[in-house]
Amino acid sequence: MSSPDEHMRSTHREHGLGVPIAGFILSIVLTIIALWLDQQGALPRDWLITVVLGLAVIQIAIQLFFFMHVTESDERAWHIWLLALGFLLVITIVAYSMWIMTFGAEAY
Amino acid sequence: MATTEESLHIPSHSRSKPLEYSTEDGALRIFGFWVFLVTDMLLFSCFFATYAVLYRHISTGPTPSAIFDVRGYTAETLILLTSSFTSGIATYEMRRQNKSGLITWTIITLLLGLSFIGLEVSEFWSDVVSGATMQTSAFLSAFFTLVGTHGCHVSFGIIWITSVLIQVIRRGITPVTSRKVFITSLYWHFLDVVWVFLFTVVYMIGGMY
Repeated sequence: MSSPDEHMRSTHREHGLGVPIAGFILSIVLTIIALWLDQQGALPRDWLITVVLGLAVIQIAIQLFFFMHVTESDERAWHIWLLALGFLLVITIVAYSMWIMTFGAEAY
Repeated sequence: MATTEESLHIPSHSRSKPLEYSTEDGALRIFGFWVFLVTDMLLFSCFFATYAVLYRHISTGPTPSAIFDVRGYTAETLILLTSSFTSGIATYEMRRQNKSGLITWTIITLLLGLSFIGLEVSEFWSDVVSGATMQTSAFLSAFFTLVGTHGCHVSFGIIWITSVLIQVIRRGITPVTSRKVFITSLYWHFLDVVWVFLFTVVYMIGGMY
């Protein structure tokens, strides 16, 4: 372990208030866009689902980078690899559950 | 690294580690909390998968669009996004060693969290009163389990952040209290991420049916 006076390995810098404020505005704007698209109902259903899910994924990045200081770590940022594995497992669990249940729907 | 001389001339807060990372114990516990967040993510993904599979199975109960109130869930979303922001400001004030700023923004975060829970309880209450209970249909079982688990997390977060706030008021900003504040803020932002997906998958995509 490094001594307390040594710099963080990663990109810890003293940011101003600009970072959280930018994150806040972006997250509100993305939410309003998603809601507007949903309420307006002009997009076909499949396209709408893809777009609002895409907007939600961007919201993850905003929380991670603007608020959760995800790049900061004392040593190497091992938790980023763990998060990547987590995202992979989440996609696998949800996508395969839905896929497998489409066969169930045919049987009824 | 030859940082000793350099750091003598630079204010320690601007060049060295944040206080919560200043001890080996603090840095290790923050890493450990990331591990917990990933496991919690897996728990939620199972409930999301269940909801995605079952939301059309309404039995004799109402459809999702029949019970979802757009203004209600929009208000809940905006409140939670704002509380995530105020929690971020609290961390920022902590790193500036501004104790009163940290306390003020934490209290605002807690009040927003409480109003979110208030809205959610009133939503659940009106569903149940109209006969849409957990036992009515597979859709409602999946809905109450997923949204209710998130609500339990938020309620627990309010209690946890309150207890950390009391420690900050009593002991000030130390390596131990700053680590606790940082970890509770990670938890709070994580709940906001989960809610964004609840808002998208449960309310918007579910509400199309």
